[in-house]
Amino acid sequence: MAKPSKVLVIGSGPIVIGQAAEFDYAGAQACKALREEGVTSVLVNSNPATIMTDEGIADIVYIEPLTVEAVTRIIERERPKGLLPTLGGQTGLNLAVELAEAGVLKKYKVKMLGTSLETIRRAEDRQLFKTMLAEIGEPTPESATATNLKEAEEIGRLMGLPLVVRPAYTLGGTGGGIAESWEEFVEVAAGGIAASPIDQVLIERSLVGWKEIEYEVMRDGADNCITVCNMENMDPMGVHTGDSIVVAPSQTLSDHEYQMLRSASIKIIRALGVEGGCNVQFALAPHPVVAKGAITAGRDYFVIEVNPRVSRSSALASKATGYPIARVAAKIAIGKRLDQIPNAVTGETVAAFEPALDYCVVKIPRWPFDKFADGDRTIGTQMKATGEVMAIDRTFEAALQKAVRSLENGGRSILWEDPRWLKEEGPVESWPPVHPSDFRLWGLLAALRRGRGPEDLAAQTGIDPWFIKALERLITLEKRLLSESLSPELLREAKRMGFSDESIGTLADWLPEQVRDLRKRWEITPVFKTVDTCAAEFSAQTPYFYSTYETENEAEPVTGPRAAVLGSGPIRIGQGIEFDYCSVHAAWALEEAGVKSIMINSNPETVSTDFDTTHRLYFEPLDEESVRDILENEQVFDESGAPELPPACVQFGGQTAVNLAGPLARAGAPFLGSGAEALDLAEDRGRFEDFLTRLGIPQPPGGAVNNLRDGRNVAELIGYPVLVRPSYVLGGRAMEIAYDEEDLARFLELAMEASGGHPVLVDKYMQGKEVEVDAVSDGERVLIPGIMEHIERAGVHSGDAMCVYPSQTLTGAEAEAIGRYTQRIALEMGFKGLMNVQFIVMPGEDPWAPLVYVLEVNPRSSRTVPFISKVTGIPLVNIATKVMLGHSLEEQGHNSGLAPNRPLVAVKAPVFSMSKLAGVDTFLGPEMKSTGEVMGVDANFTGALAKALLAAGMTLPAVGGILLSIADRDKPEAVPLIKMLAGAGYRLYATEGTAAMVQDLGLSASVIPKKLQEGHPNVVDVIQEGAVHGVINTISGGGKAPLRDGFHIRRAAVERRMPCFTSLDTAMAAVRSATRDASVDYQIRPLPEYRR
Amino acid sequence: MADKALLVLEDGSSYEGEAFGAAVESYGEVVFNTGMTGYQEVLTDPSYAGQIVMPTYPMVGNYGINPEDFESEKVQVRGFVVRQHSTTPSHWQAGQTLHEFLEAQRIPGISEVDTRAITRKLRSQGTMMGILTREGSPEEALERLKGLPRYGEVDLVKQVSTERAYEWTEEEPGLKTGPPYRITVLDLGLKRNILRILAGKGCRVLVVPAWVSAEAVMAAEPDGVLLSPGPGDPATLEYVIRTARGLLGRVPIMGICMGHQILAHALGGSTYKLKFGHRGGNHPVRDVETDRVHITAQNHGYAVDPDSLPSDASVSHVSLNDGAVEGMRHAGLPIVSIQYHSEAAPGPRDNGYMFDRFLEMVSDMHGA
Ligand SMILES: Nc1ncnc2c1ncn2[C@@H]1O[C@H](COP(=O)(O)OP(=O)(O)O)[C@@H](O)[C@H]1O
Ligand SMILES: Nc1ncnc2c1ncn2[C@@H]1O[C@H](COP(=O)(O)OP(=O)(O)O)[C@@H](O)[C@H]1O
Ligand SMILES: [Mg+2]
Ligand SMILES: [Mg+2]
Repeated sequence: MAKPSKVLVIGSGPIVIGQAAEFDYAGAQACKALREEGVTSVLVNSNPATIMTDEGIADIVYIEPLTVEAVTRIIERERPKGLLPTLGGQTGLNLAVELAEAGVLKKYKVKMLGTSLETIRRAEDRQLFKTMLAEIGEPTPESATATNLKEAEEIGRLMGLPLVVRPAYTLGGTGGGIAESWEEFVEVAAGGIAASPIDQVLIERSLVGWKEIEYEVMRDGADNCITVCNMENMDPMGVHTGDSIVVAPSQTLSDHEYQMLRSASIKIIRALGVEGGCNVQFALAPHPVVAKGAITAGRDYFVIEVNPRVSRSSALASKATGYPIARVAAKIAIGKRLDQIPNAVTGETVAAFEPALDYCVVKIPRWPFDKFADGDRTIGTQMKATGEVMAIDRTFEAALQKAVRSLENGGRSILWEDPRWLKEEGPVESWPPVHPSDFRLWGLLAALRRGRGPEDLAAQTGIDPWFIKALERLITLEKRLLSESLSPELLREAKRMGFSDESIGTLADWLPEQVRDLRKRWEITPVFKTVDTCAAEFSAQTPYFYSTYETENEAEPVTGPRAAVLGSGPIRIGQGIEFDYCSVHAAWALEEAGVKSIMINSNPETVSTDFDTTHRLYFEPLDEESVRDILENEQVFDESGAPELPPACVQFGGQTAVNLAGPLARAGAPFLGSGAEALDLAEDRGRFEDFLTRLGIPQPPGGAVNNLRDGRNVAELIGYPVLVRPSYVLGGRAMEIAYDEEDLARFLELAMEASGGHPVLVDKYMQGKEVEVDAVSDGERVLIPGIMEHIERAGVHSGDAMCVYPSQTLTGAEAEAIGRYTQRIALEMGFKGLMNVQFIVMPGEDPWAPLVYVLEVNPRSSRTVPFISKVTGIPLVNIATKVMLGHSLEEQGHNSGLAPNRPLVAVKAPVFSMSKLAGVDTFLGPEMKSTGEVMGVDANFTGALAKALLAAGMTLPAVGGILLSIADRDKPEAVPLIKMLAGAGYRLYATEGTAAMVQDLGLSASVIPKKLQEGHPNVVDVIQEGAVHGVINTISGGGKAPLRDGFHIRRAAVERRMPCFTSLDTAMAAVRSATRDASVDYQIRPLPEYRR
Repeated sequence: MADKALLVLEDGSSYEGEAFGAAVESYGEVVFNTGMTGYQEVLTDPSYAGQIVMPTYPMVGNYGINPEDFESEKVQVRGFVVRQHSTTPSHWQAGQTLHEFLEAQRIPGISEVDTRAITRKLRSQGTMMGILTREGSPEEALERLKGLPRYGEVDLVKQVSTERAYEWTEEEPGLKTGPPYRITVLDLGLKRNILRILAGKGCRVLVVPAWVSAEAVMAAEPDGVLLSPGPGDPATLEYVIRTARGLLGRVPIMGICMGHQILAHALGGSTYKLKFGHRGGNHPVRDVETDRVHITAQNHGYAVDPDSLPSDASVSHVSLNDGAVEGMRHAGLPIVSIQYHSEAAPGPRDNGYMFDRFLEMVSDMHGA
C-alpha cells in the first residue's frame, strides 16, 4: 500500500464517563507516529484540554465540533488521502461511519485506514458480529437483537430472565443493564433502545459471575498477529470492565486457558480484518458447573464483544506493558508491518513480539461518588467511573495497595470502613455490603476482618477465591501489625505486601514519620525496577520505573539539571485532563530549557505517563510516602558532598500536587517556583482576607461561624442571599446558596456536619458576572493572556459555567481593575509561576469605580489554562515553567499586564455525564458536576457560541416544544426569555405557576402537572414521549437534592439526552443561538488562522 | 515461618530466600523463562532436565497443579526459583499447590528472591551453574558446586528418554482429522503435547528410545519420523546424530528443538551455546518462505550455526530478536526442522501449521 501523504485523525471530543484521557494519549501518539513517517496529520477535536490539539503534535489542528457537517468541511478544505477512524474512541468511530454513510469519504476519495467500514460494522453491529463469530466457530451467548420494545418483550418472554441488554454502537455500556425482574427488563430494554444510535439492543443470556477476560490484539496488513497482553477483571461478568478492578496479566488462568483465548482473539481479529489494534472481551466459565444448573464442560467461554479500535483497555495495556499500541496501530494503518516497526523500549527488538511482564499491574476505577453521595452507587454493565489509577508491583497484594493509595479518595486506605458498618448490624451476607459498588473492595476487606470465609465471599460475589485470599493475607498481616511489636522482619513483610507507612503507623500505633524513620534505620527502602516489555531479557532504553521492596535498584539518579513534575492522578470531577495537559507541558518546557524532567503519576490514561513524554517516568502513587521515596532515590551529592534532591514542581498537577506541597516542604524538599508558602496564604482564609484588605482589594463580605446564632448574625449583617460552605473542603463541596433564614438554618447544619469541627463560611452571595484570569508571574512582572467571562452569573461553579474569551460585556475600567488586582496580588505574594484568580463584577453606578471582587486565588495552574493558551497562542505553562527556572518574563520577551485581545471569540462549554449516573441531580450550582469541556471558536460570538453548544450537545432545535418550569424567584427575569421563545414559534409547555405567568404575558402554554401522581401527561411523559425538545428549569431552593421540585424533570431530560438548562443565562444563550438568523454561518478553520 | 534457602551461582553471588518444595539440595544450570503462565508444563518438560528454572513472572502457582497439564510423568527441573509461590491457588482443576507438588516430587524451590536481579545477571553474564540449598554458608555451597559436573557434560537425554518403545494411546478428545499415518517419535526428552497433536491429526504414534538405531526405526515402516526436543548439548549426542543421518532421505523427518539441532549435525552442520538462551512464549520468528512473523514458544540454550550448514540446506526461520536460526530446510531432503516448539504447551499455538507441513511431506511420500 502506498503511504498516504495526508491523514485526518478524529479525536474523541469532551471527556465523559467511558471516554476519558486515554484517547488524548492515543491520538497524540498516533500524530507523533504519523510525523515520524513523514505523513501530514490533520486533527479535529472539540476538546481544547488535550495534548493532541497542540500545534506541535498534529500538523494541522482544528478545534471544531465533531459533527458530519463540520468534518465534511474540513475534508473539503484539507483533502486528506486517508482517515484514521480508530483513535477517537467510540465518538471518532461513529463519526467516521456517519461520514462514510453520508458519502463524504467517497466524494472526496478519502480512504479509511486500518479498519474498514465493513470491519467496523461487523464488530459494532451486535447482529452482524454474532453471525461472523458463528461462521468462524467462536461461541457467543444465546441472544437476539431487538429494535423496538415489542420485539424486546417477545424475546424476553422467550428466553426467560435474568437477561442482559446491550445497546449497539454505544460506549461504556451506555443504556445497558442486567434485568432480574420483568419490570427491570422492560425499563432497561426501553432505555437501551433509546441509547443506541441505531435503536438496536442485544438481549442476551446472563453470564453474571463468569470470569471477564480481555485481550489486546494487533494485526498488520501482512496478516501478522500478536497479542499485547491480557487482563483479568477481578469483578466478574456483570460489572463493566471500565468499572472493574483489573489485573494484568491474568492471574487465575492456566496456560491452556490463556492460549485458548489468545488463539480465539487472533482468529477474531483476522476474521474482522482489522489492521491495527483491537480489544476482545471474553467470558470464561469459572468452573465446569455454572449458575442455574446449566452444566457445561470446563474451559467454556463466550466472546462478549470486540472494539475494533484503541480503547481504554488498550491504553491500560500500553502502560501495563510498555507496548505503545496506538503508535503501532497508526503505523500499521499507513502500511507498516509489525516487524518493520522498532520496539522503542528495547531499541533492539521490533514491535512484532509479545510483551513479557515480570510484575503485576492493578487498575482501580475512580468513581465520582465522593461528589454525588446521592447517586446510585451500585455498579453494573453501565460504566460510572470517571477515571482510573494503575499501580505496578511484583505481587498482587502490593500493587493493589499502591493502587488504593493512588485513588486519592479522601485518604481512604485499605483500613477504611464506612462508619455505618461499625455502628449498625445486618445479615452476614450483606453487612458489610459486598455487592458490586464503588466500595466493594472495602466491603470485602471489612467482611474478612469480621471473619467471613474467603470461599464463602467468593461464592457470593463470583470473585475468584484467588483474589479474595490475597485480600485475606492483607487482613492477616493487618492483625499481626495490630498485635505484634514492630520488628524489622514484620516491617519488611508489611512493606513487601504494600502497606503504606501510614497504615502501618495506624495499626502499630506509630506516626507515619516514625515508621519512615524506622524503615531508614532498618534499611527497608524501596528499589525501583524498569518496565521494559521483556522481563529483563534485553536491556531497556526507556526509563519507566516502579517501586518495590527487593534488592536491586535499577534507577540510578538522573544527573545534571533536573526537576520532578508531580502529576494529577486519576481523572475525576473537578480535576480533569487539563492538569495532565499542564504537567506534560511543564515537562516539555523543562526539557526545552535543558532540564531533565522526572514525571510522577498514577494515571494510565494520560499522555504524561507515556514513557517518551519525559526524561524519566515513575509510575507511582502521588502521596507523600511515594513522592518522598522517589525524590530520595534521586538524591545526588554536590561537590561539597551535600545531598541534593531534584526540585519539585507542584503547580501543574492540580489539587493533587498542591496538597503535597506542605508535606514536601516539611520534609525539606526544594521546589521549583513558589511552593507551600504561597499556597498556604491563598488557602488560609484568615491570612488571605488580611492580605487582600492590606492591598485594598475587595472580597465578598462574610464571616466564619461556628453556630446558627453567629450564622444568622453574619447573614443579617451582609444581607441575603448568602453562600454557605464548609471550610477545608474542595471543589465547592456542600456549598449552598441560602435565600432566607430557613435555608440558612438547614444549610448551616449540613455544612457544619461536612466541616468536621472547622468553622462554616457564610459569604454574601453576589449575583454578578463571574470572571477569571490565568496569569504568569515572575515576581516582577505579571503576564495576563486574557480575561474569560462566564455566561452564567456567579453561583455556578467556574468548572460548570460556559465562558467566553475575550470578555463580551466588561467595561474598560472593569477589565483594567481585573488586570491591576491580579498583578498586585501576584507581586505582593512574591509569586513565581502560574496562578488563577476568580472575580465577581457587580453592576455599578459609577463607570469609573468598578465593583470588582476577588473570589479566590489559586496559586497553581487551573482548568482554563489549556483553553486560554490555545485561543491566545500564549503557551502559559511553558512560560511559567521557564520563569520557575529563573528565566524572567522580560528575558522570555513577554510584556507585563493584560495582553491585547486576539481577533477571535472562543466559548468553552461544560459537558456532563449525567446519563450514566442514576439518581444524581443535574442542576448547576456552586458544586462542580461536569466531566469535560468543549470549545467553539470563531470570528464572532454568535459562531463561537453556536459551535460550543453544538459540540456540547446543548443545541436547541429551531422548532419544537420547550418545557418551562421556573422558580418564583426567577420568574420576573425569565420574561424576555419566554417572549423570545414564543416569538420564535416554539410550542411552550409549562408547569402550573410558570404557565400562569406565561399566560399573563398574553402567550399560550400547555399546562403540565409537575407532580407525577397528578394525571397524564405529566412533565416526565412530555419529555419521554418526545413532545418537548428542550427543558428550562430553574431550582427553587436547596436541600436534599433529589427531593427538590423538578428532579424528575431534569432526570427525564438527561435520560432522553435532551438539553436541560437550569440557569437562565445558559438558556438565554442557547435560545439566542437557536433563533439566530440562519444565514449567519460559522466558519471552519485551523485554530491558528482564527488568531490572525 | 518458612526455612531459609540459598541460591548460589558459580560466580559466587548468592541469594537468600525462603525454602519451599522438598528439603533437598540440588544443582544445575540456572536459566530464566519469560512465560507468564504454564509453570506446570515447564516443570514437567524433560528439556529442562539438569536445569534450575526461574520464571521471570513473579507470582507462580496461582492456579495450582492439575491432572492434565503434564508434559511428562514427573517434574524434570532440578530446582525452581520464584519471587512468590502461591499457597492459595484457585482453579477448578487444581489438585495440589506448587509447594505440595514439588515436595512430593523431591524437588527443592526457593521463593522471595529478587528474580529480576538474577535475570539481569544471567542476561548480562550468561547462563551459570547454581546450587540450591538450605544448608550452610554461601561459601560452603559454592565449594560443593565446584565439585559437581557442569551442564552439557552429562548425557541428560539418556536420563529422560523412554526405556522402551510404546504406542501413544491416550485418548484425545476431538476429531481425528487426517489419515492414520504411522509416525515414529524418537524420544530425546519429548513433551506429550507433540504426541497429542499428532494423534489428534489422526496419526498412529510410536515412541522409541533415543538410542535406537536407524535400522530399528525403519523396521517399523514409519511414514514419518519425528526427532523430539530434549535437554543438553546436541553436539555430544553422537549416537542420536548417527541415527538421524541413517534416516535422512529414507523417510520424512520433523525435528523440533533438540531434534532440529540433531538434524543440523546429521547434515554436517554444527551448534553453539547461546549466552543465556531463549526460553519463553513470546519469541517472534520470521518464516523465510512466507515472510510472515509468528510468535513462538521456545526453550533452547544452543543454536545451529547458519554458516556451518551445507549448501543445500538453508535457514527457513529466523529469530527476530537476535537473528538466531530457528528453522532450516533442505533442497533435496524431506525435512521440517524447527528450533522452536510448534507443540506449544506452554505458549502460543500459532505454529501448529508446521505439523501440517510435515504431514504434507508424509502424504507426498506416501502418494509417491
Ligand atoms: N451476557 C452477559 N452477561 C453478564 N454480563 C454481561 C453480558 N454481556 C456483557 N456483560 C457485562 O456488561 C459489560 C458491558 O458490556 P459491553 O458490551 O462490553 O459494553 P461496552 O461496549 O460499553 O464495553 C461487560 O463488561 C460485562 O461485564
Ligand atoms: N460570594 C460569592 N458570590 C457568588 N458566587 C460565589 C461566591 N463564592 C463562590 N461563588 C461561586 O461558587 C463557585 C465555586 O466557588 P470556589 O470558591 O471557586 O470553589 P472551588 O474552590 O471549588 O473552585 C464559584 O465559581 C462561584 O460561581
Ligand atoms: Mg463497545
Ligand atoms: Mg466492553
